[in-house]
Amino acid sequence: MSLHARSVAELAAGLAAREFSAVELAQHFLGRISASNGALNAFLTPTPERALADAARADAARAAGQAGPLTGIPLAHKDIFCTDGIRTTCGSRMLENFVSPYDATVVERLQAAGTVLLGKTNMDEFAMGSSNETSYFGVVRNPWDLSKVPGGSSGGSAAAVAARLVPVATGTDTGGSIRQPAALVGISGIKPTYGRVSRYGMIAFASSLDQAGIMAPSAADCALLLGTMAGFDPRDSTSVDAPVPDYVAELKAPLKGVRVGIVKEFFGAGLEAGTGARVEAAAAELKALGASTVEISCPSLPMSVPTYYVVAPAECSSNLSRFDGVRFGHRCREPRDLMDLYCRSRGEGFGAEVKRRIMTGTYVLSAGYYDAYYLKAQKVRSLITAEFRKAFQSVDILLGPTSPTPAFGIGAKVDDPITMYLNDIYTIGANLAGLPAISIPCGFVGELPVGLQLIGPHFGESRLLAAAHAYQSATDFHRRLPAAYA
Amino acid sequence: MTNHATDGWEVVIGLEIHAQLATRSKIFSGSATAYGAAPNSQANLVDLGYPGVLPVLNAEAVRMAAKFGLATGATVAPRSVFARKNYFYPDLPKGYQISQYERPIVEDGSLEILLEDGTRKTIGITRAHLEEDAGKSLHEGLANASGIDLNRAGTPLLEIVSEPDLRSAREAIAYMKKVHTLVRYLEICDGNMQEGSFRCDANVSVRRFGAAKLGTRCEIKNVNSFRYVEKAINFEVARQIEVLEGGGSITQETRLYDAAKDETRPMRSKEEANDYRYFPDPDLLPVVLDAAFVAAVRATLPELPDEKAARFARDYGLAAYDAGVLTASRELADFYEAVVVATGGGAVGAKLAANWVMGDFSGFLNRDGLELAAARVGARSLAGLLQRILDETISGKIAKDVFEAMWADGREADAVIEAQGLRQITDSGAIEAAIAAVMAANPKQLADYRSGKDKLFGFFVGQVMKATQGKANPAQLNELLKKKLAP
Repeated sequence: MSLHARSVAELAAGLAAREFSAVELAQHFLGRISASNGALNAFLTPTPERALADAARADAARAAGQAGPLTGIPLAHKDIFCTDGIRTTCGSRMLENFVSPYDATVVERLQAAGTVLLGKTNMDEFAMGSSNETSYFGVVRNPWDLSKVPGGSSGGSAAAVAARLVPVATGTDTGGSIRQPAALVGISGIKPTYGRVSRYGMIAFASSLDQAGIMAPSAADCALLLGTMAGFDPRDSTSVDAPVPDYVAELKAPLKGVRVGIVKEFFGAGLEAGTGARVEAAAAELKALGASTVEISCPSLPMSVPTYYVVAPAECSSNLSRFDGVRFGHRCREPRDLMDLYCRSRGEGFGAEVKRRIMTGTYVLSAGYYDAYYLKAQKVRSLITAEFRKAFQSVDILLGPTSPTPAFGIGAKVDDPITMYLNDIYTIGANLAGLPAISIPCGFVGELPVGLQLIGPHFGESRLLAAAHAYQSATDFHRRLPAAYA
Repeated sequence: MTNHATDGWEVVIGLEIHAQLATRSKIFSGSATAYGAAPNSQANLVDLGYPGVLPVLNAEAVRMAAKFGLATGATVAPRSVFARKNYFYPDLPKGYQISQYERPIVEDGSLEILLEDGTRKTIGITRAHLEEDAGKSLHEGLANASGIDLNRAGTPLLEIVSEPDLRSAREAIAYMKKVHTLVRYLEICDGNMQEGSFRCDANVSVRRFGAAKLGTRCEIKNVNSFRYVEKAINFEVARQIEVLEGGGSITQETRLYDAAKDETRPMRSKEEANDYRYFPDPDLLPVVLDAAFVAAVRATLPELPDEKAARFARDYGLAAYDAGVLTASRELADFYEAVVVATGGGAVGAKLAANWVMGDFSGFLNRDGLELAAARVGARSLAGLLQRILDETISGKIAKDVFEAMWADGREADAVIEAQGLRQITDSGAIEAAIAAVMAANPKQLADYRSGKDKLFGFFVGQVMKATQGKANPAQLNELLKKKLAP
């Protein structure tokens, strides 16, 4: 089997067995990036020199008997994570030339574990988008069909892993930005519990919703990386000081006796028929593997999209104020005065979707509208959280589709924000409630992959990963590669 | 106090005091807070608002705020929340200031002020909340550009908001001084007004006496000395009364005090005011303080100024106002007590010590512009002088000269007294001899006195004192002189 067709776990085993070196592995994937990134536009900044240096260090560590399970594993970071000395754009003209002076905690931890950085991946501008079409650096293409979007906002990481330009990549998920692209390109992607992974060094979109996660060929691979990323960080006050389980060891937990709730609200109008059928088949498969299934209702879930589109823009309108042309980032030429500096630097630096959300957020927080929008949205958010909590009293996992449709055409929804926003209708609930959720491939509609979403209670990553792993042990959807990249 | 200009008008003032908390590091980052460092040398990535960085609350700032709350009888909130105050300014790196809005850490306290005429008044403290300071914009020496120094950005502030309970500039100053004293007692703020560690915004309005509704207020920004606060308020009150008496109305606005011109002038009107779009900061968890935390903070409270003043009044027999003056700072109060202990002499000694500490001692400090710690006469030395007064070695008048000599060259009182032969004459024989000589030299005055001109008694005291270089014991001299002059 060619190197890139292997899972992360298989690559780790190969490195451990000295079947190939970290440098050879890095070279293999760097070659794939050179060959295919032009068409996919998945990487914004490949870092070949850094990769080879990391790989040489990994090989030296292994020779010295100091290798860990991730030593020598190549990876890519979504360009939302600050990387010391490497350009960090967040998909925006605003940060086109921004070289971060420090590493995000996630970057630091994975680096310390001996991984090899291949580069930074494309994304929707400031993670605002569901198709990767808002990137200042151009759309990312879906490896299954280059005329289709890869989803977003972690579209670059998704496409890069799906085409195996890299075996694993980080992503972030504010309203579905890991799960939805994972679904649209046929890979596995986990958004952990809010607070499980440090947000330090992750450029903020909506602070109360943002969470870093992993996009990989399989749930087992997600488990392998998540253990290293997760854990308390004193630099992030919202990170939770709870022990990190051995996710890999807990993958073996049996599916037998696990109660799966099929969320009624996830199967209503708007769900494309083929996608619905694949997800129902997956539910049946889980049942066949020993789980029990029951229909469950979270009646407030349909309000999650409008709720999200108040909360997230509100927070982003404030978070993005620091991009003012004064200390870093884009500055307009020859400002006449301070107001001109602000207006033109921000006007030129931000794209249309970012501006739309800043304006929406500014509006919902403004005097006279705060109660009607922001405060009301927070109440609905509490309601949704309470409904999830209630659901988890009777089931262990909630199940539904990740996205209402398979990948759609580039340009198809770009002029219709509302339709675009509805892409996240099934994923947003987990963000509003801070719950862990995973998307795994569960079949195809035509040539395009379909994603199955599993949602767990707070800090229930182990069970989610184990259930996904059990499903992947019995199916092979996750092993299929787009023909052009096999 | 009646003020002609305010006749018929009631002045209503509320103060917002910003006290910079004396933590070693900033409120949300590990950068140092020391004053006067090279620009931007104390600003790390968090202070600079870099992409991706996050705030982490300094626990010491929370303890200091709680201390202030307990010292003012306020509620230390079991749960308080940080909020973002959004506005753009070059020295505000994130485009928002982290502050507390709907749920401050301290609510509903009060302080009692004591005015010079002895009246006491309780001033309500609506709230005190934690927030971060902004940086500074620098314009001097930069042609066609502005510099930004972010050393101050992220310095912890406690904003102390009073009720509109103050009725004159004098009350406002008394209150401000009281807060100033308190924060230094609590060691939560160095109180340095020149460096901006303690500054004040004043909300001022006037209304006709008896009017139920408050007048429209103006906020005077950032006045950084007691004297300027008083002048700014007085100017503003006079301005508002003039406008209203001229048939005009007051516009709610923010005004700036110009010390050079001694006037306030408009900065921005209510219409121009920012909509700050406050909302809870999602990067910070609510601050939850349990009873054990509050009890632990309470245990660290020192004796507070009011308690100390009451004890001084009770134990040392001081007037309330004097006790207030002596307890205005912890250092002065400690100095005074050290003098009292070293002097001995019970209530008489304590009273004498009070007069000297507030009088000559403070006078010399002021004259030389010295801090208490740099005083040229220490507590033990001053007590040594007071003991010589109490044991009648020298008179109070001579003591002033001795003190001046001590201050000048650092000698002890006894050394000065010996070297200059200032020891008081208590030998009645010597005093009698001096009296006899004066009587002999002034026969006319003697005759006049004996024929009923009692006023001349003072003349004879003066002459004898002159003859003895002021060293005759005054009580003894009085007694002997009366006897000798009697016909």
